[in-house]
Amino acid sequence: MAHDHSHLDPIDVRVRALESLLVEKGYVEPAALDAIVDTYENQVGPKNGATVVARAWCDDSYRAWLQSDADAAIASLGFTGRQGEHMVVVENTAEMHNMVVCTLCSCYPWPVLGLPPSWYKSPAYRSRAVIDPAGVLADFGVTLPEGMDIRVWDSTAEVRYLVLPRRPDGTENLSESELATLVTRDSMIGTGLALNPDEATA
Amino acid sequence: MNGPHDMGGQQNFGPVDATEKPPFSADWERKAFALTLGMGAAKAWNLDISRFARETLPPAQYLSSSYFEIWHAALCKLMLERGLVTEAELEAGAVLTPALDVPGPLKAEDVAAVMRRGGPVDRPAPAAAAFSVGDRVRARNHHPSTHTRLPLYVRGHEGIVERVHGCHVFPDSNALGQGENPTWLYNVRFEGRDLWGDDGSARCVNVDCWEPYLERV
Repeated sequence: MAHDHSHLDPIDVRVRALESLLVEKGYVEPAALDAIVDTYENQVGPKNGATVVARAWCDDSYRAWLQSDADAAIASLGFTGRQGEHMVVVENTAEMHNMVVCTLCSCYPWPVLGLPPSWYKSPAYRSRAVIDPAGVLADFGVTLPEGMDIRVWDSTAEVRYLVLPRRPDGTENLSESELATLVTRDSMIGTGLALNPDEATA
Repeated sequence: MNGPHDMGGQQNFGPVDATEKPPFSADWERKAFALTLGMGAAKAWNLDISRFARETLPPAQYLSSSYFEIWHAALCKLMLERGLVTEAELEAGAVLTPALDVPGPLKAEDVAAVMRRGGPVDRPAPAAAAFSVGDRVRARNHHPSTHTRLPLYVRGHEGIVERVHGCHVFPDSNALGQGENPTWLYNVRFEGRDLWGDDGSARCVNVDCWEPYLERV
């Protein structure tokens, strides 16, 4: 049956009605709503986090600063704001892989990663990450080396966690901006790893 | 509240669909997001009240709604509870009653600054912290019917304090409109084996816990 586009979905109608009410009553400004959407749809995203990670890979003193005072270290690159007021950076090692979840809602570090991907907000991810992170990684096609442990961070407060992935081998000669292209959003949540240079150009 | 939102460790939700999708799948999702942030920025309520409004949707509705449907339903509930809109207005899509005052409607020119500033929740400490790094603690086996951020899956389990975050707004009281009640916040490491026996694959799970959630072992 052809979908008739002259009829909006019921939820679409309800949200439009709510919006016009709130605007007409003066509770919200249409231009402010547009600016909110523009901020998070177009301006803030995982490139910010990738900049942080690449800097940490290149600069040991910056990496140490991230560990001791992530708020200041991240703010020094210009990334601050809502849902990133209290940051902690957790570093992957040869022994431990880190993964971040919010089992209770969808807490996520917006200033460095943008809005969460839909899977991050899904019951499947929220329920399983804490009990079976290896199974979640398998859903993402990721297999960790034998014997590597997984630590899961459940974002239950206003503290937001950013994973510092391991720097891929064979990247000694890459510049900081080239390294940033290897840092995927998922590698900073812990459902992925940083790309190898051949994967990045593939 | 032991609600449907408290999902950690639940099973049978299927595999994670890692397919890449845009942040908003339809324009109404964009609107629901912006309206929620806009009313939050206007300080019509606080973040904890907003979370509790989502968690207290009827469980069957919560579990069968999409993410932004939950946001929209909670936003309507919050507006109705405060008389900011009426059922008749939502039905008619037209203004039928005078507007009420909200503390600070967000101006377009202030959006960038407000979003960049965010809303830090650390506060001066009214008392010394009860626990320090390395202390062995137990997550309390409590079941308040009001808002709490202590997930079910750690309650009654022992862990180790790994970090003292500082003194933060206490969501359990803030969600009830009973004030910020600044309370010490800790990061506690729970061993995966303690939480899940042989049936888990996490070496450990770290959870942020406010002081009243914990007791010394």
